[in-house]
Amino acid sequence: MTLLTGDHLTERSATLRGLVDEIDPRARILLAVLYAVVVVSLSSLHALTGAMVASLTLLALSPMPAGRTLRRMVAVDGFIVAMLVMLPFSVPGDAMFTLWGLTASWQGLWQAVEIALTANAVVLALMVLVGSLEPVTLGHALHALKCPESLVHLMMFTIRYIEVLRDEYARLRTSMKVRGFRPRSTWHTYRSYGYLVGMMLVRALERSERILVAMKCRGFQGRIILLEEFRLSPRDVVFALVVIGVCAALVGLEAVYGAA
Amino acid sequence: MHIVDGALTGPVVIGGAVLAAGGIAMGLRQLPLEKIPAAGVLSASFFVASLIHVPLGPSSVHLILNGLAGLVLGWAAFPALFVGLVLQAVFFGFGGLTVLGVNAVNIAGPAVLAGLLFSRLITRGTPVQGAVWGGVGGAFASGLTTVAVAACLMLSGDAFIPAAKLVFVAHIPVIIIEGLLTAAAVYLARKVKPELFHSLREVQS
Repeated sequence: MTLLTGDHLTERSATLRGLVDEIDPRARILLAVLYAVVVVSLSSLHALTGAMVASLTLLALSPMPAGRTLRRMVAVDGFIVAMLVMLPFSVPGDAMFTLWGLTASWQGLWQAVEIALTANAVVLALMVLVGSLEPVTLGHALHALKCPESLVHLMMFTIRYIEVLRDEYARLRTSMKVRGFRPRSTWHTYRSYGYLVGMMLVRALERSERILVAMKCRGFQGRIILLEEFRLSPRDVVFALVVIGVCAALVGLEAVYGAA
Repeated sequence: MHIVDGALTGPVVIGGAVLAAGGIAMGLRQLPLEKIPAAGVLSASFFVASLIHVPLGPSSVHLILNGLAGLVLGWAAFPALFVGLVLQAVFFGFGGLTVLGVNAVNIAGPAVLAGLLFSRLITRGTPVQGAVWGGVGGAFASGLTTVAVAACLMLSGDAFIPAAKLVFVAHIPVIIIEGLLTAAAVYLARKVKPELFHSLREVQS
């Protein structure tokens, strides 16, 4: 099982090629940013529903497995859930119902729905447009978009070694299990997990020393060359114009319904 | 601890992005290409460590360990944790795109601060003394992240205040566990490979 989705997509791409898959990676990143900025600026429910529909259409046009992508979209952490649940009670407005002496307001509910729609529409578009890229291609595209070179290299190393270190973690966990370790809410458990993390860091550092030696052995002189050229095709331009058109339509919807 | 798109107001989002850009620039200045492999592999280990589920009572929590990242990486923790956030948003759908800056400031800011305040203390004295300071640093960074997330929400509207308070109280056990784990990790590293805390700093001095 791979952690970042890139690998398993290449296996499928021969049979399952979506429209989005063939668009220039640089265009996909820029359009995802534009779309996110537009959607975040919306506040009317009509426009936000339109954005959600647009994101779902994008998903349908992509080779991403729909079920798993939607499950990932919905998974947000406890902080946000707590916030959304509390909003109806903390925003003053027309009473919807009363629970344990607290009044829930319609205004609060709508605000919670707005946040949920915005967050999901943006994250879904981001996962479809950018998350479907090969992680390494993402690095190269960011470099082509003039991201600082050292940040891109840091990202490429991180991507490369996440998988390796997860295996390392699994090995350490297995050896703990073999020695009878079972996680519970005890001091012993927390100390053991702390040692586990510490050991992972120690091994990671030693691994990085070997990597650097291996790189130097191959003539590394303090510069890594990123080989990948991107070219905009007419197809990319059409796709970009369509996304920009959708953004304009969303802004239009906001102008019509937002004022009312 | 990831804020999602749409929850914050424009000024908070923009302020976060500007601060994050500054933090990343500071971090990258301390990272010559020679050090990138070490920073990248350590960044990947913190990414993996953040997926570990630690039992807490009947349920389990996953940790950020940003304090430990700050103690090991110093200023480089900023770009390293930022890269982790980008990968989580893009491939896992955690957090969001426009809030990347805010999330980076909330998580990496306390990490760098913990590194600046405690990294000298953890390398001094006996390993046990180092571990105690490591624990303080780990709890400090985790606590500060919770406070920062709550502050971002409060700046975006009074309606968020009750939720922010509730979540802060609910996170106190997590903060304690982060401290305990960081202390144990520092203790082990002090015993096995004390260079871990200098590896990314030698070039500076």
